[in-house]
Amino acid sequence: MAKKLMKGSEAIGEAAIQAGCRLFFGYPITPQNEIPEYMSHRLPQVGGTFVQAESEVAASNMLYGAAGSGERVLTSSSSPGISLMMEAISYMAGAELPAVIVNIVRAGPGLGGILPSQGDYFQATKGGGHGDYRLLVLAPWSVQEAADLVQDAFDLADFYRNPVMVLGDGLIGQMMEPVEFRADRVPCKPLPPKPWASTGWRGDRAKAIINSLFLDPEVLEQHNRKLKAKYDAMVRDEVRYATYGTDRPYDVLIVAFGTVARVVSTAIDDLGEEGVRAALLRPITLFPFPYDAVRQAARKAKAVLVVELSCGQMVEDVQLAVAGTRPVRFHGRQGGMLVTPEEAAEVVRGMVGAFQKEVRRG
Amino acid sequence: MAETLVFARPAALEPVITHYCPGCTHGIIHRLVAEVIDELGVRERTVGIAPVGCSVLAYNYFATDFHEASHGRAPAVATGIKRAHPELIVFTYQGDGDLASIGMAEIIHCANRGEKVTVVFVNNAIYGMTGGQMAPTTLPGQVATTCPLGRDVNLAGYPIRVAELIATLKTPAFVARTAVHTPLRAVQAKDVLRRAFQYQLDGTCFSLVEVLSTCPTNWGMPPAEACQWLEQNMVPYYPLGVFKVPGGADRAPRPLDGEEVPCRTT
Repeated sequence: MAKKLMKGSEAIGEAAIQAGCRLFFGYPITPQNEIPEYMSHRLPQVGGTFVQAESEVAASNMLYGAAGSGERVLTSSSSPGISLMMEAISYMAGAELPAVIVNIVRAGPGLGGILPSQGDYFQATKGGGHGDYRLLVLAPWSVQEAADLVQDAFDLADFYRNPVMVLGDGLIGQMMEPVEFRADRVPCKPLPPKPWASTGWRGDRAKAIINSLFLDPEVLEQHNRKLKAKYDAMVRDEVRYATYGTDRPYDVLIVAFGTVARVVSTAIDDLGEEGVRAALLRPITLFPFPYDAVRQAARKAKAVLVVELSCGQMVEDVQLAVAGTRPVRFHGRQGGMLVTPEEAAEVVRGMVGAFQKEVRRG
Repeated sequence: MAETLVFARPAALEPVITHYCPGCTHGIIHRLVAEVIDELGVRERTVGIAPVGCSVLAYNYFATDFHEASHGRAPAVATGIKRAHPELIVFTYQGDGDLASIGMAEIIHCANRGEKVTVVFVNNAIYGMTGGQMAPTTLPGQVATTCPLGRDVNLAGYPIRVAELIATLKTPAFVARTAVHTPLRAVQAKDVLRRAFQYQLDGTCFSLVEVLSTCPTNWGMPPAEACQWLEQNMVPYYPLGVFKVPGGADRAPRPLDGEEVPCRTT
């Protein structure tokens, strides 16, 4: 298929359809309305179904129902709406249901604003809903990557029988870029059959009970351990990250994800022209987080800078990875304000200037 | 002489002992639903949705595929299943705390979208599983653990009549209220449940059957007395009958300049 100029939101919707998703349940919220709008006209064209639910609570529980009956299902929302979906997301993790949830993050807390943010990192990667579970979290930095990761998200969800979240922001949603959907795409994981799905019990398999209730503590502990084994397998097999400029010597390692990483890569180019040596490590999976890659890349630097559109959330994972072996500095913008390449470059110049002073004192 | 089997457990009920309290009418309602599923011949393509409440473990009792929903969300879960698989017969089984309190938005909108699913709404005027708290259906003056002096309608409002509420929606539906505290009522309830499932089977409309049920444990009375209490207290407030049929006429509003009619408060 040839490249086509698409808005990020539309590319996300089309990617789901290309991945075989025929069911979308959602509720309007800015800045992601273009995704349900796209699905509402596109899904009927391919024999699918779009339902505008009465709330995000209902939308996510429709997702739970449809996922439990074995279908590929998608919902999208933005931060306050995702908070309302946390109930069903926890139930889906507990009942081991595959589903894809797109969060086009907006600034918070509370009603916050509608402009880009990365303030939902904790919510996405550290639980969010109640109980002991994990989501696989993917963070694209371009429209093409958003389309690719949404398709992968369906495969990963089916393979692990676990909800997968794609974490973007308004920049990803609104940006127009060329996108290609490959007709010869192969699933990124083997796709197991779904004998557990509730499609009617004819006696040819065990009765399908889609459930997260285990009143016997010994049984629930076994269930928790089974889930943990899946999360461990994700940590072992699914870590994804990209680097920029790490093939050259560098003094500052910058860790950033999503659209911020793109801004940072421009700053790295600008700094390079001045002889200031910086490199980027961009986590693509936020859970599982690329701890080892960050640790190793940090060893080659004098210091680490984490740039986020938040007051500092991923920085805690970077600190865990670096484990005190290098200083870790944080730079963030909040409220929907963006980091510019100039601003990021200035922070790096300041860090490098501080090293030089230390060298002179030494 | 050849034996003729005249009575057996419905195939749609698992051969297991339920956890329900002695005298509770959940067992009768389970059986009626299962008999209807059997008689319509749809057991192998039926998916039920259990609520949070006393019937949370219904998936252990019905011999069909089942989903356990979070509290109040069964109509949304049903929507997801039915939209994914329109060929399935999908029913929710919900209590009054689940459906009429925390799940009010989901039931109203499921009905209003006209989802082709069947809702079995069990109203026993109290929260059973959590130990007898006030429900949106608790009667005025009725004692519950969170209204120890009896429901005060000035603070808690009047009990919600779900069947009447759903019947006000324009979207075609089958809505009825039944009871199972006497053999005659149980026979009527089964007939109404069969009509409700048949409407789904025919792809006609959403259907909801409210079933008045007893809770001897939390009402604090023996089962036989609970049946009498239901007849004397619940039936007058929650009249039995069919409130809406698909194709039925809308209720005419009273003229704006007409005579003031005091609200009925009993």
